[in-house]
Amino acid sequence: MTTFFAPTVDWAYLAPLVVVLGAGVVGVLVEAFVPASARRATQLALALVALVAAIVLVGTLWTDVTDQGYVDVLGGALRLTVTTLGIQAVVLVLALVAVLVVADRSADGLDAFAPTAAAVPGSPYEELARRKGLVQTEVFPLTMFAVGGMMIFGATIDLLTMFVALEVLSLPLYVLTASARRRRLLSQEAALKYFLLGAFASALFLFGTALLYGATGSVNLEAIAEALAQGGAGGPTAGMTGMVVVAVLLLLAGVLFKVGAVPFHVWTPDVYQGAPTPVTGFMAACTKAAAFGALVQVALYVGTGLQAGAPDTFRALEVALCVVAVASMVVGTVVALPQTDIKRVLGYSAIAHTGFVLVAVLGLLGRPTPEAGVDALGAVVFYVLAYGLATIGAFAVVTLVRESDGARDGVVLGEATQIRQWSGLGRRSPWLAGLFALFLLSMAGIPLTAGFIAKFGAFRAGVDGGFAWLAVVGVLASAVAVFFYVRIVVIMFFADAPADDDAAPRPDGDALVPDVPVRAVRPRAPVLVALVLCALGVIGLGVFPAPVLNLLG
Amino acid sequence: MLQGAQLLAAEVSTDVPSPIGLAPLVILLPLVGAAVLLLAGRRSDRWGHWLGLAASVGAFVVGVVLLVGLLGQDAEARAYDQHLFDWIPAGTLDVSAGLRVDPLSVTFVLLVTFVGSLIHLYSVAYMEHDDDRRRFFAYLNLFVAAMLVLVLADSYLLLFVGWEGVGLASYLLIGFWYRERKNAVAAKKAFIMNRVGDIGLIVALMLMLANFGGVDFATVHAQAPAASTGITTAIGLMLLLAACGKSAQVPLQAWLGDAMAGPTPVSALIHAATMVTAGVYLVVRSAPVFEAAPDAQLVVVIVGAVTLVFGAIVGSAKDDIKKALAASTMSQIGYMILAAGLGPIGYAFAIFHLVTHGFFKAGLFLGAGSVMHGMDDQVDMRRFGGLSRYMKVTFVTFGLGWLAILGVPPFSGFWSKDKIIEAAFVPVDGQEWRAWVFGTVALVGAGITAYYMSRLFFMTFTGRRRWNDGSGSLDGTGPQDGPVRHPHESPALMTAPMVVLAVGSVALGGLLAWGDTFVTWLEPVTGHAEHGEPVLPAWLLIVLTLVLVLAGIALAWRQYTVQAVPVVAPHGNALTRAARRDLYQDDVNENLVMLPGQVVTRTLVHADREVVDGAWTGLAGTLGLLGDRWRRAQTGYVRSYAATMLGGLIVIVVVALALAS
Repeated sequence: MTTFFAPTVDWAYLAPLVVVLGAGVVGVLVEAFVPASARRATQLALALVALVAAIVLVGTLWTDVTDQGYVDVLGGALRLTVTTLGIQAVVLVLALVAVLVVADRSADGLDAFAPTAAAVPGSPYEELARRKGLVQTEVFPLTMFAVGGMMIFGATIDLLTMFVALEVLSLPLYVLTASARRRRLLSQEAALKYFLLGAFASALFLFGTALLYGATGSVNLEAIAEALAQGGAGGPTAGMTGMVVVAVLLLLAGVLFKVGAVPFHVWTPDVYQGAPTPVTGFMAACTKAAAFGALVQVALYVGTGLQAGAPDTFRALEVALCVVAVASMVVGTVVALPQTDIKRVLGYSAIAHTGFVLVAVLGLLGRPTPEAGVDALGAVVFYVLAYGLATIGAFAVVTLVRESDGARDGVVLGEATQIRQWSGLGRRSPWLAGLFALFLLSMAGIPLTAGFIAKFGAFRAGVDGGFAWLAVVGVLASAVAVFFYVRIVVIMFFADAPADDDAAPRPDGDALVPDVPVRAVRPRAPVLVALVLCALGVIGLGVFPAPVLNLLG
Repeated sequence: MLQGAQLLAAEVSTDVPSPIGLAPLVILLPLVGAAVLLLAGRRSDRWGHWLGLAASVGAFVVGVVLLVGLLGQDAEARAYDQHLFDWIPAGTLDVSAGLRVDPLSVTFVLLVTFVGSLIHLYSVAYMEHDDDRRRFFAYLNLFVAAMLVLVLADSYLLLFVGWEGVGLASYLLIGFWYRERKNAVAAKKAFIMNRVGDIGLIVALMLMLANFGGVDFATVHAQAPAASTGITTAIGLMLLLAACGKSAQVPLQAWLGDAMAGPTPVSALIHAATMVTAGVYLVVRSAPVFEAAPDAQLVVVIVGAVTLVFGAIVGSAKDDIKKALAASTMSQIGYMILAAGLGPIGYAFAIFHLVTHGFFKAGLFLGAGSVMHGMDDQVDMRRFGGLSRYMKVTFVTFGLGWLAILGVPPFSGFWSKDKIIEAAFVPVDGQEWRAWVFGTVALVGAGITAYYMSRLFFMTFTGRRRWNDGSGSLDGTGPQDGPVRHPHESPALMTAPMVVLAVGSVALGGLLAWGDTFVTWLEPVTGHAEHGEPVLPAWLLIVLTLVLVLAGIALAWRQYTVQAVPVVAPHGNALTRAARRDLYQDDVNENLVMLPGQVVTRTLVHADREVVDGAWTGLAGTLGLLGDRWRRAQTGYVRSYAATMLGGLIVIVVVALALAS
């Protein structure tokens, strides 16, 4: 007879996670029991309170975790270190700002989501739901579930837990992507693409896990690292070099898909464009943070193991990651140049940023010991925070620039996402355009913005890890990237409508825009708070990054 | 290696005495000014310009306090690193934000705030009729603050912050009248070309981090002499690339001419007196790096020499008064860069010329602005002529600036430029060929400078009227076509700064050269240079220079005052006709110089437009095309996306497998 040992669970370390996922579950109950009129307010309050509480809880854990070095919960299902806790904090902070944008109804008193996402676009049922003023408040619990998944994804060293977390964070995102109020077909198409490709990537991840289990006999990254370290001739992985290489690459492919690295980036522009813009901001910022957390874990443990046991394999994997990093920087930057849609530009720029962070990840791999890589880890976390703030802020601005119906007294319509529609915005809404320019400049890495410190840290980590050439590629790519960031700024501030030839509609593209008046909506409470937070963060982290950098190691 | 060991003569102290502790205030004043003006918006329209002026003057006053504070110390102790706050602590690297207060930085502080204040004052009147005058002053203050960060930074990283800041301010100011598309395009071009130079600075930062483990001046300069030549050369060349971008040196010079689209006070402050000289500052500040990299130094000298000739020749061909001045700026900065590449013997003279040039070139630009003000924004010098009668103050102040830039004794430019020419004639490491080549270039450059500046001066102020005075007189003294002009002297707010700058153009050089005051003052930074012997005696060099200058003036006088200046610019074959007219002149030497000169001019102007510009736009075009190609790969079909992922994965796996086994 087998005795059952109840696992000892250290709930204190799980508390932030429990709060967030608990808020998701309670949110589902709210849908069932709270009257429709009060539902939205309840959901929003619940989500914000839960996120703030989780941030506070992470804060209380901080010194404890840094003192102990690391804390394992449930045998590595959650391994809290400065880095993973940092990733959790970043995800929570970014989610808090993103939820504010999700909740925003500045434009026309309506949020960005379909009244009933399940209705067939254009059907009478949808029309009915619209007229009844239904609101899909499920977006809040969905977001909370995604956040919970992200918090686990970036903080576990158990590959199966990581896989489950991957699915927990992905499924709500697929649904959220599909539920745009306007351009619903585009939104649903994006969601389906995201889902199919995501499933593909998940399968790769799972397959990699299985192969790695076959080679090393474990799904725990620490045990895997130990087995790989003994590697070589006579070791546990003797004669399995090929299998290990394929396993690790499949595993990485699954994670690289989530960060949007070339060649696993193909979904990014379409999904960024199709998803409701607040969701795009949330997805771009938070998913990237969580996925880089996971990537760093995999790279750190597998890398350490291989470095000790199979240096050749380690080199090969380094080269593979270098290829991915360079390809991401180059493709992201170059393809962003001819884009005409602002959301797609930001999508491609996200790919380039992935490449920049990968420079820091490679810098981490280049260190002789994991302990020597603390600053590279810090650089990764700081980068995703800096990038996330600028991204959420930028997408928040996009939600406010709307087409309006001249015939119907300037009734606000959908977002004006064509770059040329933004011309002259700087004169009509200097504050909004100024904020957007600030976020773009941060992404371009202009000093005194968070983006500069982030890039500096990432490239420095790369240089210190022996990848100076990669840092140079990064510098060149960011110099080219300035072209398209500045182009938008120029169009906003220096061009008269209708704008620049550069941004003229292409006969072969999707850029044939009807000439509708464009106006910037006056931001109201939630999105205003979000914008101010992002701007303060971008400038604050650019001028006084020291406190945050110190926290991260 | 000349006197390399004597660099860093002064120990940099971190124990800051009280007056020096005011240094942050220099930056804060204009920064706060800019912030208030930008945030207060239209409310501050009525008093905004005075606030901007006050902020700049305040910064100057603090600068004087710093100067007095430094003078109160022993010469060896005149260098302080003032720690402000920990900026980027990351693992083994700690970058703190701090200020370096020493003779070099204080010199720049005074130049920037003094000339800056004068130009603020001038702009009060110049921009009077502009609705956005407040915004203009906000940008000016922003620029001053950024420039001060640049020169006061105690690390390359903080310097980079200022570097980008001045770039941004320059961008905003060039594009200030953004409603004209040409200005916006010029602004964009300047910004982007500057970014190319910035890459150099960033790569230099990376190299310093990788090799010295720090980016502050103290660390880098202490370790540079011991580093391998390969590394210091690489860093030096990257710094030079940065300097080329900011200071409009060949091959990154093309933006400066276009930048003249900005309001004239901006051209005076940013594109003549201060920002464009940041490259010279960078090279001189990085002296220990360059001292350890003789090859990089040689490249610096070559760049300086090529640019000074390039700018001078282009300047001889431009009819737009501001563009001619811009070419001249380029050429004069070429002198400074050349001097900075000569090593300790040249550093002090590079800065000296930078200061005097800051005065007379700012004065010349303000003069040009005054002329444009009186001529309803006309910039074509072929439509000027005989203006000395209508704007006396402008004429006199401009004339003094003209004499200064020519290097006529005893005006300011003589003291600084002549020293550079002399230093260029001193053999480096005993290599006489360098002395002859670069010395001759500097010498001939002085002659061409005299020619094009005199051409500019004569075309504007002397000779016959070539604008329509609306009198309808038929006495044949001037054209009756084109818009009617009523040239008049500018208001006192504009002429006062011109007068002050003219006084500087006259006296500053002699004053600072008196007893080598300026050179001695800079010694704690630039090191003491033994007086090298030029290959020709110094007196002969002065005589030769003056002869060439006089020849230049005489030539210009004959062409542009004695002979009539065509109102319409002669095109290609007209240039040849002009050349032919000079061919039958008796002076054979002159002809030998003129014809190739004009051919070269045409080629260079053409090359500047077609090849250099073409290369830049071509690069952008290629990238755009590539992006377009790759964009098409984004078909929208999930199946092709999945195939891309799979294909990419397979490629990566195959590569990794091949490497691993």
